[in-house]
Amino acid sequence: MHMTHDAALGINLLHANQEGADHNRAHFDQWGITCFNLMSSPGAGKTALLEKTLAALSTDLKIAVIEGDMTTELDADRLRQYGVPVIAINTGRSCHLDSRMVAGGIHRLQHDYNPNQFDLVLVENVGNLVCPAEFEVGEHAKVALLSITEGEDKPLKYPVMFREADCLLITKTDLAPYLEVDLSQIEANVRQINPQVTIIPVSAKTGEGLDTWFTWVRSTVASRQIPPVTVPI
Amino acid sequence: MHETDMTKALIVTIRDWWESQPEKTRISKVHLIVGEFTCVEPVSLQFAFDVQTRSTFLEGATLEIQETPLIAFCHACQQEYRPEVGIQYACPTCRSPMDDIRSGRELKIDRLEFDCPDPSKSEEHTLCT
Ligand SMILES: Nc1nc2c(ncn2[C@@H]2O[C@H](COP(=O)(O)OP(=O)(O)OP(=O)(O)O)[C@@H](O)[C@H]2O)c(=O)[nH]1
Ligand SMILES: [Mg+2]
Ligand SMILES: [Zn+2]
Ligand SMILES: [Zn+2]
Ligand SMILES: [Zn+2]
Ligand SMILES: [Zn+2]
Repeated sequence: MHMTHDAALGINLLHANQEGADHNRAHFDQWGITCFNLMSSPGAGKTALLEKTLAALSTDLKIAVIEGDMTTELDADRLRQYGVPVIAINTGRSCHLDSRMVAGGIHRLQHDYNPNQFDLVLVENVGNLVCPAEFEVGEHAKVALLSITEGEDKPLKYPVMFREADCLLITKTDLAPYLEVDLSQIEANVRQINPQVTIIPVSAKTGEGLDTWFTWVRSTVASRQIPPVTVPI
Repeated sequence: MHETDMTKALIVTIRDWWESQPEKTRISKVHLIVGEFTCVEPVSLQFAFDVQTRSTFLEGATLEIQETPLIAFCHACQQEYRPEVGIQYACPTCRSPMDDIRSGRELKIDRLEFDCPDPSKSEEHTLCT
C-alpha cells in the first residue's frame, strides 16, 4: 500500500484570520451592532473623521470605537473626549489589525459595557494602504480614506484596498486650492478598480461633504436594523 | 513588514489544519498560490517563511509559490483581459471599469507535501509526486 504523502488543502492562507472575523461578526450580529472598518495610509484623516462623526452622530446612535494604534493611545485619548467608549488596541509592530486583536477589543466591550446598547462600532485600523484590506476583522462594511494630498495615482498603485472598499472618502478637500490635484481624476481612477463603491469627498476641517457621509452611515446602520419580515399565515 | 504578518497567518492556518490531523507527519513542502492582485510579494514571503519557520513544526519545510495573473472579465465585450497592474484596470477595448475578477485574488494553500514516513517508500515517493 502506498502511504499518503501529500494533501490537497485548497484553504485560504488567511483562513485562521477569517474564522476569527466570523466569530467577531457573529457577536456584532447577536448584539445588533453594525461595524465599519476604517482604513487609509497614515495621516489621511481617520481620527479627524471619527471626531466629527462622534460629535454629530453619538446623540442618536450609540457608538463605540475600537482604536488600533501602533504604540500610543494618542488617537484614543482624542476620541474619549466625545464621551463614547474607546477601546485602544496596542498593535505592537503589526502594520494592520487582525481579527484576533479586534476580538480582544470586542470581548472587553462585552465585559465592561452592555453590548446590546450599541448600534455602531467604528474600528480605526492602523495607517497603512496595503495589508489591512486583506485582514477582515468582522466588519460589515469597509470604509477607505484617501486624502487629496496623496495624489491621483494612489488607487492605481495600491488597488486592493480601493477594490475592497464599500465607501471611499476623499479627505482634506479644503486643501484643493493649494494643490495641483484633480479630484475627478482620483474618482475616475477609483471607479475603474471598483465601479460599485460610494465615493464621498469630505473635509473634516470645513465640514464639506460630512452630511453626505453621515447620511451614508445612518442609512447603512438602518438597513441592517430592519426587523425580519414575518409573513402572516 | 506585512509579509511577516502574512507568514504568521500562513503558519497559523497550516498549524490549525496539521493539529486536526490524526497523524502528524513532518511537512516537507508547502505549495501556495498567490494572485497578482493581492498585497503579497512572493519574494518577501519566501524570505519571511524561511526565517519564521525555524524551530517550529515547519522547520526545514520549503515554500513553493505559484503566481497567478490578474485576469478580469468585461461584460460589455464578453471577453477576458489582463489589466496592467499599477497603470490601467479598465477594459482596454471599451474602457468599462474592472468588474469581475477571474484570477489574481488567490491567497491559497494549495497542497502540502510530507516526508514519506518509511525510508523504504522513498522510491515510490518520487514515482508518484
Ligand atoms: N486641512 C485638513 N487637515 C486635516 C483634515 N483631516 C485631518 N487633517 C490633518 O491631518 C493630520 C492627520 O490626521 P489624523 O486624523 O490624525 O489622521 P489618521 O488617519 O488618523 O492618522 P494615523 O492614525 O496616524 O494613521 C492631522 O494634522 C489633521 O489635523 C482635513 O479635512 N483638512
Ligand atoms: Mg488616527
Ligand atoms: Zn500588515
Ligand atoms: Zn467571542
Ligand atoms: Zn470591454
Ligand atoms: Zn508516495
